Amino acid sequence: MSVTEMFSHIQGFLSADQDIREEIRKVVQGLEQTAREILTLLQSVHQPSGFKEIPSKCAKARDLFCTVKTQIGDLKTKFPVEQYYRFHEHWRFVLQRLTFLAAFVVYLESENLVTREEVAQILGIEVVREKGFHLDIEDYLAGVLIMASELSRLAVNSVTAGDYNRPLRISNFINELDSGFRLLNLKNDPLRKRYDGLKYDVKKIEEVVYDLSIRGLAKESESSGDK
Amino acid sequence: MKKREGEGSSRKNGDAAREQNTGSCSSPVVAAFKVFQQELDTKHDKYERLVKISRDITIESKRTIFLLHRVTNVPNTEEVLKEAELKLEGVRQKIGQVAEELRGEDIHQFHRAFTPGIQEYVEAVSFLHYIRHRSLISLEEINARLVYMRAEGGDPKASAEGPAPGAQVLTFHVTPSDYLLGVADLTGELMRMCISSVGNGDIDTPFQLSQFLRQIHDGFSYIGNTGPYEVSKKLHTLRQSLGKVEDACYALHVRGSEIPKHMLADVFCSRTALLDSDEGVA
Repeated sequence: MSVTEMFSHIQGFLSADQDIREEIRKVVQGLEQTAREILTLLQSVHQPSGFKEIPSKCAKARDLFCTVKTQIGDLKTKFPVEQYYRFHEHWRFVLQRLTFLAAFVVYLESENLVTREEVAQILGIEVVREKGFHLDIEDYLAGVLIMASELSRLAVNSVTAGDYNRPLRISNFINELDSGFRLLNLKNDPLRKRYDGLKYDVKKIEEVVYDLSIRGLAKESESSGDK
Repeated sequence: MKKREGEGSSRKNGDAAREQNTGSCSSPVVAAFKVFQQELDTKHDKYERLVKISRDITIESKRTIFLLHRVTNVPNTEEVLKEAELKLEGVRQKIGQVAEELRGEDIHQFHRAFTPGIQEYVEAVSFLHYIRHRSLISLEEINARLVYMRAEGGDPKASAEGPAPGAQVLTFHVTPSDYLLGVADLTGELMRMCISSVGNGDIDTPFQLSQFLRQIHDGFSYIGNTGPYEVSKKLHTLRQSLGKVEDACYALHVRGSEIPKHMLADVFCSRTALLDSDEGVA
């Protein structure tokens, strides 16, 4: 094979690769759009009036996740499934956002930490790599960390809205999350950087809980002395 | 493998002890994170092992390249080539270990860990191929040599998977972009070879090399910026190398007609020194 032939062979490969990336980018744009819609919807829980409407907001968000499902289904058809990590960077960000949104919805509904299986189910994807398009563990953890900072905000706003019990529950939840993350041996990577922010969320919620308990506003005082 | 498991369990014991102090070992969140911990640790361990193998591959390939540079001033080239071939065989064994680690994994997930080593290997193997055949080795030819037959017994993973019938075939695929980057590095070696062969009074090699380099350069210009980002960076260096080789050919041509052949070597010895110092700055 001559040098020229060799290079045109490689060039053929490279342009095929670029075509795939182009397709993926288009679908991911749609996904980002939907993710923003869900976020806007859920942001209204921070408003005083929004606290009563949490269940209905969650139901609406769940509806939007159906759109996400079809969009991800579309994304799956754009590339060979065993090359997930070759194009991972394209949807990594949006998948983390979606994980966060799913986790947030599940928290608002049941005040539990969403499991990886639940997220995968909400998004219509798999948990294990072997079965197809899956949720990478680091993306899941990153999504959970985004939710932690959202919850610290929610704690502040729920006090403003006159809901004094919620911060205590959030505090318990976040503390649990914190001790969970402490079990991990994180490398010096983006996930670790994000984890480093968790302590500020913990601190902020603790301050809120302190403010409430010093004024006698916290009724369930036993849960605040957890940690 | 066994040793690693031992480490994992001792760490788990440590965590269990810590948990009893905080008194939250029954929490589902903590239980879930324990699973995550294991998964992440396994992944990181694998990554580190791959990085280590890759580093070994790099070192050994570099040594092979140095060895191959001796071809220009050693009378018995065949011996040097054989030795290089032997060294590369060792490198291939190491790549076999990479393939072993990647069995059942997504190759792109760990690509960053071993790409430097593979590029260096491509560089070495294509350099050897050029010296032998005066042509560019193709991606298929490289991949064809990275096929491993694993007999069971000495291999812990194969025996863990159950009784393997006979030998297993394991392949490693060099990705096109790794190949491309390796070839780009090759041009630097060819430039060096050109200069040193001029130093030895070899008149033909520089012209052959300049032609070959021009072909590669044209190939890279054809690919342009459709390739990965690193390619465009290497294209710049490639152009410099090509320039040096072309300059050398030019000088050979101009002066070759006026200086008797036996004196050419002296002219170029001073010239090489100049070029080498030039390269050191760049």
